Amino acid sequence: MVYNYYPGCTLSTKAKQLDLYAKKAAEALGFELAELKEWQCCGAVYPLVQDEIGTRLSSVRSLAAAAAIDGKLVTLCSACHHVLKRVNSDMAENKEINAKVNAYLELDKPYQGETQVLHYLEVLRDEIGFEELAKKVVKPLTGRKIGAYYGCLLLRPAGVMQFDDPENPSILEDFIKALGAEPVVYDYRNECCGGYIALKDKSSAQNMVSKILTSAANKGVEALITACPLCSYNLQVNAAAAQPLPIFYFTELLAEALGVKEEV
Amino acid sequence: MHLTEKEEAAEILRISGVKADNCMQCGKCSAACPAGAKMDILPHRFVWELMNGRVNNLAASNTLWQCLSCFTCSARCPRGVDPAKLIEAVRLSVIRKQGENRLNVDELPAEIDEMMPQQALVSALRKYNK
Repeated sequence: MVYNYYPGCTLSTKAKQLDLYAKKAAEALGFELAELKEWQCCGAVYPLVQDEIGTRLSSVRSLAAAAAIDGKLVTLCSACHHVLKRVNSDMAENKEINAKVNAYLELDKPYQGETQVLHYLEVLRDEIGFEELAKKVVKPLTGRKIGAYYGCLLLRPAGVMQFDDPENPSILEDFIKALGAEPVVYDYRNECCGGYIALKDKSSAQNMVSKILTSAANKGVEALITACPLCSYNLQVNAAAAQPLPIFYFTELLAEALGVKEEV
Repeated sequence: MHLTEKEEAAEILRISGVKADNCMQCGKCSAACPAGAKMDILPHRFVWELMNGRVNNLAASNTLWQCLSCFTCSARCPRGVDPAKLIEAVRLSVIRKQGENRLNVDELPAEIDEMMPQQALVSALRKYNK
Protein backbone atom coordinates (compact mmCIF):
# COMPACT_ATOMS: atom_id res chain seq x y z
CA MET A 1 0.00 0.00 0.00
CA VAL A 2 1.31 3.43 -0.95
CA TYR A 3 -0.05 6.48 0.88
CA ASN A 4 0.22 10.10 -0.22
CA TYR A 5 2.23 11.80 2.48
CA TYR A 6 2.29 15.42 3.64
CA PRO A 7 5.49 16.01 5.68
CA GLY A 8 5.14 19.74 6.45
CA CYS A 9 7.80 22.35 7.08
CA THR A 10 9.47 20.89 10.16
CA LEU A 11 9.90 17.21 9.30
CA SER A 12 12.71 17.69 6.79
CA THR A 13 14.68 19.86 9.18
CA LYS A 14 14.29 20.06 12.97
CA ALA A 15 12.06 17.00 13.32
CA LYS A 16 13.86 14.65 10.93
CA GLN A 17 13.59 11.74 13.37
CA LEU A 18 9.79 11.89 13.36
CA ASP A 19 9.87 11.49 9.57
CA LEU A 20 12.77 9.04 9.09
CA TYR A 21 11.64 6.54 11.74
CA ALA A 22 8.08 6.69 10.37
CA LYS A 23 9.29 5.78 6.89
CA LYS A 24 11.52 2.94 8.16
CA ALA A 25 8.73 1.55 10.31
CA ALA A 26 6.29 1.78 7.40
CA GLU A 27 8.64 -0.33 5.30
CA ALA A 28 8.73 -2.97 8.04
CA LEU A 29 4.93 -2.89 8.24
CA GLY A 30 4.46 -3.21 4.49
CA PHE A 31 3.37 0.26 3.45
CA GLU A 32 5.06 3.27 1.92
CA LEU A 33 4.82 7.04 2.40
CA ALA A 34 5.07 8.81 -0.96
CA GLU A 35 5.70 12.53 -0.50
CA LEU A 36 3.09 14.64 -2.25
CA LYS A 37 4.66 16.68 -5.07
CA GLU A 38 4.82 20.45 -4.60
CA TRP A 39 3.13 20.50 -1.20
CA GLN A 40 3.11 23.88 0.51
CA CYS A 41 3.34 24.81 4.19
CA CYS A 42 -0.05 24.46 5.91
CA GLY A 43 0.54 27.59 8.01
CA ALA A 44 0.92 25.59 11.26
CA VAL A 45 -2.20 27.10 12.87
CA TYR A 46 -5.76 26.67 11.62
CA PRO A 47 -7.41 29.95 10.54
CA LEU A 48 -10.18 30.13 13.13
CA VAL A 49 -12.35 32.79 11.52
CA GLN A 50 -14.60 32.50 8.48
CA ASP A 51 -13.19 35.34 6.38
CA GLU A 52 -9.58 34.04 6.31
CA ILE A 53 -9.44 32.60 2.80
CA GLY A 54 -5.79 33.13 1.75
CA THR A 55 -4.50 31.21 4.77
CA ARG A 56 -6.60 28.17 3.78
CA LEU A 57 -5.40 27.94 0.18
CA SER A 58 -2.14 26.02 0.64
CA SER A 59 -3.95 23.25 2.55
CA VAL A 60 -6.59 22.96 -0.17
CA ARG A 61 -3.91 22.66 -2.86
CA SER A 62 -2.46 19.62 -1.07
CA LEU A 63 -5.88 18.13 -0.32
CA ALA A 64 -6.94 18.51 -3.96
CA ALA A 65 -3.66 16.99 -5.17
CA ALA A 66 -4.28 13.94 -2.96
CA ALA A 67 -7.89 13.72 -4.20
CA ALA A 68 -6.59 13.51 -7.76
CA ILE A 69 -4.38 10.50 -6.87
CA ASP A 70 -6.38 8.19 -4.60
CA GLY A 71 -8.20 10.36 -2.07
CA LYS A 72 -6.07 9.67 1.00
CA LEU A 73 -3.48 11.91 2.62
CA VAL A 74 -1.28 10.85 5.55
CA THR A 75 0.22 13.30 8.03
CA LEU A 76 2.65 12.92 10.93
CA CYS A 77 2.99 16.36 12.51
CA SER A 78 0.08 17.14 14.86
CA ALA A 79 -0.14 20.72 13.60
CA CYS A 80 -0.27 19.79 9.91
CA HIS A 81 -2.83 17.14 10.72
CA HIS A 82 -4.98 19.63 12.62
CA VAL A 83 -4.86 22.30 9.92
CA LEU A 84 -5.44 19.96 6.95
CA LYS A 85 -8.27 18.14 8.67
CA ARG A 86 -10.11 21.31 9.70
CA VAL A 87 -9.67 23.07 6.35
CA ASN A 88 -10.89 19.88 4.70
CA SER A 89 -13.97 19.98 6.88
CA ASP A 90 -14.55 23.64 5.92
CA MET A 91 -14.45 22.69 2.25
CA ALA A 92 -17.04 19.96 2.84
CA GLU A 93 -19.32 21.84 5.25
CA ASN A 94 -18.95 25.60 4.74
CA LYS A 95 -20.48 26.81 1.48
CA GLU A 96 -19.07 30.32 1.69
CA ILE A 97 -15.49 29.18 2.29
CA ASN A 98 -15.81 26.48 -0.36
CA ALA A 99 -17.09 28.95 -2.97
CA LYS A 100 -14.41 31.55 -2.29
CA VAL A 101 -11.52 29.06 -2.21
CA ASN A 102 -12.62 27.33 -5.41
CA ALA A 103 -13.19 30.67 -7.16
CA TYR A 104 -9.64 31.67 -6.31
CA LEU A 105 -7.84 28.41 -7.03
CA GLU A 106 -9.52 27.53 -10.35
CA LEU A 107 -8.58 23.84 -10.00
CA ASP A 108 -9.30 21.43 -12.87
CA LYS A 109 -12.12 20.08 -10.74
CA PRO A 110 -13.62 22.09 -7.83
CA TYR A 111 -12.53 20.64 -4.49
CA GLN A 112 -15.37 19.61 -2.16
CA GLY A 113 -13.51 18.16 0.82
CA GLU A 114 -13.48 14.59 -0.46
CA THR A 115 -9.95 13.64 0.66
CA GLN A 116 -9.59 11.48 3.75
CA VAL A 117 -6.92 12.99 6.01
CA LEU A 118 -5.29 10.27 8.10
CA HIS A 119 -2.75 10.68 10.84
CA TYR A 120 -0.02 8.01 10.81
CA LEU A 121 -1.38 6.78 14.15
CA GLU A 122 -4.80 6.32 12.51
CA VAL A 123 -3.14 4.27 9.77
CA LEU A 124 -1.67 2.04 12.49
CA ARG A 125 -4.96 1.76 14.40
CA ASP A 126 -7.56 1.71 11.62
CA GLU A 127 -5.83 0.38 8.52
CA ILE A 128 -3.22 -2.01 9.94
CA GLY A 129 -4.60 -2.62 13.43
CA PHE A 130 -2.69 -2.61 16.70
CA GLU A 131 -3.03 -6.42 16.95
CA GLU A 132 -1.27 -6.82 13.61
CA LEU A 133 1.34 -4.27 14.68
CA ALA A 134 1.99 -6.25 17.88
CA LYS A 135 2.63 -9.38 15.80
CA LYS A 136 5.37 -7.57 13.85
CA VAL A 137 7.21 -6.35 16.95
CA VAL A 138 10.59 -8.11 17.15
CA LYS A 139 12.13 -6.17 20.04
CA PRO A 140 9.30 -5.59 22.52
CA LEU A 141 9.89 -2.64 24.87
CA THR A 142 9.15 -4.82 27.86
CA GLY A 143 9.16 -3.16 31.26
CA ARG A 144 9.43 0.41 29.98
CA LYS A 145 6.94 2.85 31.51
CA ILE A 146 5.91 5.23 28.73
CA GLY A 147 3.57 8.20 29.06
CA ALA A 148 1.58 9.41 26.05
CA TYR A 149 1.62 13.16 25.58
CA TYR A 150 -1.30 14.05 23.31
CA GLY A 151 -1.25 17.83 23.58
CA CYS A 152 -4.08 19.79 21.96
CA LEU A 153 -4.03 19.50 18.23
CA LEU A 154 -4.77 15.83 17.59
CA LEU A 155 -7.82 15.72 19.85
CA ARG A 156 -9.70 19.00 19.71
CA PRO A 157 -12.24 19.88 18.48
CA ALA A 158 -13.38 16.27 18.64
CA GLY A 159 -16.31 16.76 16.24
CA VAL A 160 -13.99 17.67 13.38
CA MET A 161 -10.82 15.79 14.33
CA GLN A 162 -12.66 12.50 15.03
CA PHE A 163 -9.36 11.15 16.32
CA ASP A 164 -10.25 9.86 19.78
CA ASP A 165 -12.16 10.75 22.95
CA PRO A 166 -10.92 14.32 23.62
CA GLU A 167 -11.00 13.93 27.42
CA ASN A 168 -9.97 10.31 27.82
CA PRO A 169 -8.06 9.23 24.72
CA SER A 170 -6.52 5.77 24.35
CA ILE A 171 -4.93 5.54 20.90
CA LEU A 172 -1.39 6.29 22.11
CA GLU A 173 -1.74 3.99 25.15
CA ASP A 174 -2.93 1.20 22.84
CA PHE A 175 0.04 1.94 20.60
CA ILE A 176 2.43 1.73 23.57
CA LYS A 177 0.88 -1.60 24.57
CA ALA A 178 1.30 -2.95 21.04
CA LEU A 179 5.03 -2.23 21.30
CA GLY A 180 5.22 -4.30 24.48
CA ALA A 181 5.77 -1.36 26.85
CA GLU A 182 3.61 -0.29 29.76
CA PRO A 183 1.45 2.81 29.13
CA VAL A 184 1.15 5.15 32.10
CA VAL A 185 -1.90 7.42 32.26
CA TYR A 186 -1.29 10.79 33.96
CA ASP A 187 -3.45 13.89 34.44
CA TYR A 188 -1.85 16.39 32.09
CA ARG A 189 -1.49 14.23 28.97
CA ASN A 190 -3.89 16.35 26.90
CA GLU A 191 -3.05 19.79 28.33
CA CYS A 192 -1.34 22.53 26.31
CA CYS A 193 2.51 22.66 26.29
CA GLY A 194 2.57 26.40 25.59
CA GLY A 195 3.09 26.06 21.85
CA TYR A 196 4.48 29.14 20.16
CA ILE A 197 4.29 31.28 23.31
CA ALA A 198 7.91 30.24 23.89
CA LEU A 199 8.73 33.09 21.48
CA LYS A 200 6.79 35.73 23.37
CA ASP A 201 6.61 34.69 27.02
CA LYS A 202 9.01 31.89 27.89
CA SER A 203 7.89 31.75 31.53
CA SER A 204 4.35 30.78 30.45
CA ALA A 205 5.71 27.83 28.48
CA GLN A 206 7.95 26.82 31.41
CA ASN A 207 4.97 26.92 33.73
CA MET A 208 2.82 24.73 31.52
CA VAL A 209 5.63 22.26 30.83
CA SER A 210 6.41 21.99 34.53
CA LYS A 211 2.81 20.91 35.29
CA ILE A 212 2.93 18.26 32.56
CA LEU A 213 6.30 16.83 33.61
CA THR A 214 5.45 16.85 37.32
CA SER A 215 2.17 15.08 36.66
CA ALA A 216 3.94 12.45 34.51
CA ALA A 217 6.83 11.92 36.92
CA ASN A 218 4.43 11.51 39.87
CA LYS A 219 2.84 8.55 38.10
CA GLY A 220 6.20 6.90 37.43
CA VAL A 221 6.54 7.80 33.75
CA GLU A 222 10.10 7.13 32.51
CA ALA A 223 9.76 8.68 29.05
CA LEU A 224 7.12 10.61 27.09
CA ILE A 225 6.12 10.17 23.47
CA THR A 226 4.59 12.82 21.22
CA ALA A 227 3.65 13.39 17.58
CA CYS A 228 4.26 17.14 17.63
CA PRO A 229 7.64 18.87 16.99
CA LEU A 230 6.63 21.95 18.98
CA CYS A 231 5.47 19.87 21.97
CA SER A 232 8.73 17.95 21.79
CA TYR A 233 10.67 21.22 21.77
CA ASN A 234 8.80 22.73 24.72
CA LEU A 235 8.96 19.55 26.79
CA GLN A 236 12.74 19.52 26.39
CA VAL A 237 13.86 23.14 26.15
CA ASN A 238 11.36 24.66 28.58
CA ALA A 239 11.70 21.92 31.21
CA ALA A 240 13.27 22.87 34.52
CA ALA A 241 16.74 21.42 35.12
CA ALA A 242 15.36 19.40 38.04
CA GLN A 243 12.67 17.57 36.12
CA PRO A 244 13.77 16.51 32.64
CA LEU A 245 12.20 13.38 31.15
CA PRO A 246 13.39 11.74 27.93
CA ILE A 247 11.05 12.85 25.10
CA PHE A 248 10.69 10.69 22.00
CA TYR A 249 8.69 10.93 18.82
CA PHE A 250 6.31 7.97 18.82
CA THR A 251 7.89 6.80 15.56
CA GLU A 252 11.27 6.35 17.20
CA LEU A 253 9.89 3.80 19.67
CA LEU A 254 7.95 2.18 16.83
CA ALA A 255 11.12 1.74 14.75
CA GLU A 256 12.95 0.40 17.80
CA ALA A 257 10.28 -2.21 18.53
CA LEU A 258 10.17 -3.23 14.87
CA GLY A 259 13.94 -3.70 14.92
CA VAL A 260 14.70 -1.08 12.26
CA LYS A 261 15.89 1.82 14.40
CA GLU A 262 19.57 1.24 13.67
CA GLU A 263 18.98 1.48 9.93
CA VAL A 264 18.11 5.18 10.17
CA MET B 1 -15.33 56.36 8.14
CA HIS B 2 -14.84 54.12 11.17
CA LEU B 3 -17.06 51.44 12.61
CA THR B 4 -18.55 52.25 15.99
CA GLU B 5 -17.56 49.94 18.83
CA LYS B 6 -20.93 48.16 18.63
CA GLU B 7 -20.62 47.73 14.86
CA GLU B 8 -17.13 46.35 15.28
CA ALA B 9 -18.43 43.84 17.84
CA ALA B 10 -21.09 42.72 15.36
CA GLU B 11 -18.45 42.31 12.64
CA ILE B 12 -16.21 40.29 14.98
CA LEU B 13 -19.10 38.02 15.91
CA ARG B 14 -19.92 37.60 12.22
CA ILE B 15 -16.43 36.54 11.12
CA SER B 16 -16.10 34.21 14.13
CA GLY B 17 -19.12 32.18 13.05
CA VAL B 18 -19.83 31.56 16.76
CA LYS B 19 -23.30 31.70 18.32
CA ALA B 20 -22.08 33.63 21.35
CA ASP B 21 -25.57 34.30 22.68
CA ASN B 22 -25.78 30.64 23.69
CA CYS B 23 -23.31 31.49 26.48
CA MET B 24 -24.84 31.19 29.97
CA GLN B 25 -21.73 32.42 31.82
CA CYS B 26 -21.12 29.12 33.61
CA GLY B 27 -17.35 29.72 33.56
CA LYS B 28 -16.32 26.19 32.60
CA CYS B 29 -14.12 27.63 29.85
CA SER B 30 -12.22 29.80 32.31
CA ALA B 31 -11.86 26.98 34.82
CA ALA B 32 -10.34 24.77 32.12
CA CYS B 33 -8.06 27.36 30.48
CA PRO B 34 -4.36 26.45 30.97
CA ALA B 35 -3.33 30.03 30.15
CA GLY B 36 -5.97 31.67 32.37
CA ALA B 37 -3.57 32.52 35.19
CA LYS B 38 -1.96 35.22 33.06
CA MET B 39 -5.12 36.58 31.41
CA ASP B 40 -6.59 39.89 32.54
CA ILE B 41 -9.97 38.96 31.03
CA LEU B 42 -10.87 35.28 31.45
CA PRO B 43 -12.62 33.45 28.58
CA HIS B 44 -16.19 33.54 30.00
CA ARG B 45 -15.84 37.25 30.73
CA PHE B 46 -14.37 37.78 27.26
CA VAL B 47 -17.53 36.30 25.73
CA TRP B 48 -19.73 38.50 27.93
CA GLU B 49 -17.86 41.71 27.07
CA LEU B 50 -18.02 40.93 23.36
CA MET B 51 -21.76 40.27 23.56
CA ASN B 52 -22.08 43.67 25.20
CA GLY B 53 -20.08 45.40 22.50
CA ARG B 54 -17.03 46.28 24.60
CA VAL B 55 -14.47 45.67 21.89
CA ASN B 56 -12.01 48.39 22.92
CA ASN B 57 -11.57 46.77 26.30
CA LEU B 58 -10.96 43.38 24.70
CA ALA B 59 -8.59 44.77 22.07
CA ALA B 60 -6.39 46.15 24.85
CA SER B 61 -6.41 42.94 26.92
CA ASN B 62 -3.45 40.59 27.24
CA THR B 63 -5.88 37.68 26.85
CA LEU B 64 -5.40 38.08 23.09
CA TRP B 65 -1.70 37.25 23.35
CA GLN B 66 -1.90 34.64 26.13
CA CYS B 67 -4.56 32.47 24.47
CA LEU B 68 -2.77 29.66 22.59
CA SER B 69 -5.76 28.16 20.78
CA CYS B 70 -5.52 24.82 22.59
CA PHE B 71 -9.33 24.55 22.29
CA THR B 72 -9.89 23.26 25.82
CA CYS B 73 -12.51 25.99 26.34
CA SER B 74 -14.27 25.00 23.13
CA ALA B 75 -14.21 21.32 24.09
CA ARG B 76 -15.61 21.88 27.59
CA CYS B 77 -18.36 24.40 26.74
CA PRO B 78 -21.73 22.75 27.44
CA ARG B 79 -23.53 25.14 25.04
CA GLY B 80 -21.39 24.85 21.92
CA VAL B 81 -19.89 28.34 22.23
CA ASP B 82 -16.30 28.50 21.01
CA PRO B 83 -14.39 31.11 23.05
CA ALA B 84 -11.11 30.36 21.19
CA LYS B 85 -12.71 31.51 17.93
CA LEU B 86 -14.03 34.69 19.56
CA ILE B 87 -10.59 35.52 20.97
CA GLU B 88 -9.06 34.86 17.55
CA ALA B 89 -11.58 37.15 15.85
CA VAL B 90 -10.73 40.03 18.21
CA ARG B 91 -6.99 39.30 17.87
CA LEU B 92 -7.34 39.54 14.09
CA SER B 93 -9.36 42.75 14.34
CA VAL B 94 -6.31 44.20 16.11
CA ILE B 95 -3.40 42.88 14.02
CA ARG B 96 -5.18 43.52 10.71
CA LYS B 97 -4.70 47.22 11.43
CA GLN B 98 -1.46 48.82 10.28
CA GLY B 99 1.38 48.94 12.80
CA GLU B 100 -0.23 46.47 15.24
CA ASN B 101 2.08 43.47 14.71
CA ARG B 102 3.17 41.97 18.01
CA LEU B 103 6.40 40.23 16.96
CA ASN B 104 9.32 42.35 15.80
CA VAL B 105 10.79 40.30 12.96
CA ASP B 106 14.20 41.98 13.30
CA GLU B 107 14.46 40.82 16.90
CA LEU B 108 13.31 37.26 16.18
CA PRO B 109 16.71 35.71 15.29
CA ALA B 110 17.91 36.36 18.86
CA GLU B 111 15.00 34.26 20.19
CA ILE B 112 15.73 31.25 18.02
CA ASP B 113 17.83 28.43 19.45
CA GLU B 114 19.31 25.40 17.73
CA MET B 115 16.38 23.10 18.53
CA MET B 116 13.46 25.43 17.79
CA PRO B 117 11.21 23.92 15.12
CA GLN B 118 10.02 25.93 12.11
CA GLN B 119 6.52 25.19 13.32
CA ALA B 120 7.08 27.56 16.26
CA LEU B 121 8.03 30.46 13.99
CA VAL B 122 5.27 29.88 11.47
CA SER B 123 2.65 29.59 14.23
CA ALA B 124 3.83 32.67 16.11
CA LEU B 125 3.97 34.82 12.98
CA ARG B 126 0.44 33.72 12.05
CA LYS B 127 -0.88 34.50 15.53
CA TYR B 128 0.95 37.72 16.37
CA ASN B 129 1.48 39.39 12.97
CA LYS B 130 -0.33 40.12 9.70
